[in-house]
Amino acid sequence: MTGTDTRKAAVVAFAQTDHVRAADGLSEVEMLLPVLREVLDRTGLSTGEIDFTCSGSSDYLAGRPFSFTMALDGVGAWPPISESHVEMDGAWALYEAWVKLLTGEADTALVYAWGKSSPGELPMVLTRQLDPYYLAPLWPDSVSLAALQARSVLDAGLADEEELAGIAARSRRAAEDNPHVRQRGPAARTAGGYLAAPLRAHDVPPVTDGAAAVVLAAGDAVDRLTDHPVWISGMDHRIEAHGLGVRDLTDSPSTRLAAERAGLFDPGAPPPDIAELHAPFTSQEVILRNALRLGEETVVNPSGGPLAANPVMAAGLVRIGEAAARLARGEGRRAVAHATSGPCLQHNLVAVLDTDGAAEGEPR
Amino acid sequence: MSTTATHRTARGSGKEPVAVVGVGQTKHVSARRDVSMAGLVREAAGRALRDAELTWADIDAVVIGKAPDFFEGVMMPELYLADALGAVGKPMLRVHTAGSVGGSTALVAANLVAARVHRTVLTVAFEKQSESNAMWGLSLPVPFQQPLLAGAGGFFAPHVRAYMRRTSAPEHIGALVAYKDRRNALKNPYAHLHEEDITLEKVRSSPMLWDPIRYSETCPSSDGACAMVLSDREGAARAPRPPAWVHGGAMRSEPTLFAGKDAVSPRAGSDCAADVYRQAGITDPRREIDAVEMYVPFSWYEPMWLENLGFAAEGEGWKLTESGATGLDGDLPVNPSGGVLSTNPIGASGMLRFAEAALQVRGLAGEHQVPGARRALGHAYGGGSQFFAMWLVGAEPPVS
Repeated sequence: MTGTDTRKAAVVAFAQTDHVRAADGLSEVEMLLPVLREVLDRTGLSTGEIDFTCSGSSDYLAGRPFSFTMALDGVGAWPPISESHVEMDGAWALYEAWVKLLTGEADTALVYAWGKSSPGELPMVLTRQLDPYYLAPLWPDSVSLAALQARSVLDAGLADEEELAGIAARSRRAAEDNPHVRQRGPAARTAGGYLAAPLRAHDVPPVTDGAAAVVLAAGDAVDRLTDHPVWISGMDHRIEAHGLGVRDLTDSPSTRLAAERAGLFDPGAPPPDIAELHAPFTSQEVILRNALRLGEETVVNPSGGPLAANPVMAAGLVRIGEAAARLARGEGRRAVAHATSGPCLQHNLVAVLDTDGAAEGEPR
Repeated sequence: MSTTATHRTARGSGKEPVAVVGVGQTKHVSARRDVSMAGLVREAAGRALRDAELTWADIDAVVIGKAPDFFEGVMMPELYLADALGAVGKPMLRVHTAGSVGGSTALVAANLVAARVHRTVLTVAFEKQSESNAMWGLSLPVPFQQPLLAGAGGFFAPHVRAYMRRTSAPEHIGALVAYKDRRNALKNPYAHLHEEDITLEKVRSSPMLWDPIRYSETCPSSDGACAMVLSDREGAARAPRPPAWVHGGAMRSEPTLFAGKDAVSPRAGSDCAADVYRQAGITDPRREIDAVEMYVPFSWYEPMWLENLGFAAEGEGWKLTESGATGLDGDLPVNPSGGVLSTNPIGASGMLRFAEAALQVRGLAGEHQVPGARRALGHAYGGGSQFFAMWLVGAEPPVS
């Protein structure tokens, strides 16, 4: 397991729950366990054969400290395993695992994430991640903050309400082919009033419980574990200022910079066939499309995206998993997957995936 | 083949050696009412940058760690701390691996340099325990845990008792550790507890909290932060002061509770140490390691970890403590900084161990410097003795 100067890592397996409104009667570890079994079964590996494990979750969804320690029981960490955890969306757990693979210290990694939003009032819970001195005491909920952002998008003329409704309708239509999501079907456009103007119910993601898992590999392990590796050709993430008042809410410079560093805009690189964007609100898709320079040739959120299922803390990892699974099935050759964290797209991760080159035996 | 990512890993083969070029910490106290959380972390980070003689602009990425978000009542506080840590426009990672988090955070940061993803990384860990009550923050509501298991001491006291039974260690060993560490803390200006009038008798006659753990054998609740600047070979060559080189680092985890778990000497701990020693080429830790900063929140964990980490044979750890070998003037100084028993901002406690190990091999530990320390171990653990993070740092660059 020595690092080489051109070491690359690949997504070799992905699994997710059938995401639901409320996984009542299931503990978090019970919700997670079948997904972990499924993703390991796809590679034929057991926990003990995985070199590194990393997960993402939040105590504030679980309502108790150290909630991830119980999830570890689902992994079966005995004999002891090399393991880490981020209090972030699982996409960042995947990032930590990817770095570990690049060092050469590991050839295989299990990444998982989960979230049960149903026990609490999610928009109110998310107020607790705001500046504790100046913002959180006002309890501005996540839907209202997203509405502020949507208003800036409309005011800037980047989209109109009709277009936002179209994004919702397209997402729900796409979701019809996805058995894992919870909101699908053609009746997307909601009549009736605003949830938080200018956002209507169709502009807002469904509260969702769910989990996801990915197996990464590098070096010789890739060929051993799959015939259809999906290479992570680049990955980067960037954070912006926390205060909404100091940011241009109609733009996502952190997404653009992460995409640039991940190689999305490399000269000569073809546009991605698929984009899986972690845009829980319709107006955020408009912002992300612009930041990622996506055109007509790219299919956006063929899975239905977070508007169809939004298991908080896992939804970003699902984007990477969905994009990789589609490439592995031959639905495209290059994809971009995006994950976000914080209010109004504060922190953004971009992964560029491809099936080119390395599969034909180029050095990696 | 696309040209991305690989261009950043093309500066050489194998892992990039990682150097600690800057260390900073706050003065740890029970309540830092003069600063916000942002002020607290910025103070430590600013000191680490000054030590490295670098500016915020020199930092490529920030890796931050802390223990449960409930302690301050802020969910994912890294979002709000991005500005204070100069992370805007940069990657920021937030690690949480329970009490071991300070150590894990440093290891995640080190890997970013080792993988050549970044060249210079700022890593920070903190806890502002005065924002809430850590003991009750650690006492989970029913049905997650049985009632009356108040705080970490309630969880660990039976394991200490089991150690005493297993090894026939005499009752006074714990007090020796507490007395030693609190005396060491008097030489560390950043330590929380400075008990000038401490005596062994005072430790031994302090109130019994969680039998067999007495009040003076427990860690305090602290507000504090620790930060380090990690860099590659070029960064180390430019550093104004001697760097500490990472010779080995590892994490190991095992479940909280299961039939057959050895809570006194968890296998995850011994496996983790063995991995670090293998990476660093250490075959006889007792002889080859000059100073140890280990996570001892309750006095008895010194002899317990001495055995778990391979410094003493099973059942012999307490004899090493009793002999005085772990004193600042002994042949295996343990927690020369005063350790967790003198300073415990939980999320930062692991990083303090890692940072103090680095200070020792840099020769910058001040009054609590172990003379001539060339190799030092930093150790952290967390959860129900189930998460372990360790690194071994040296004054010389790694050979490979």
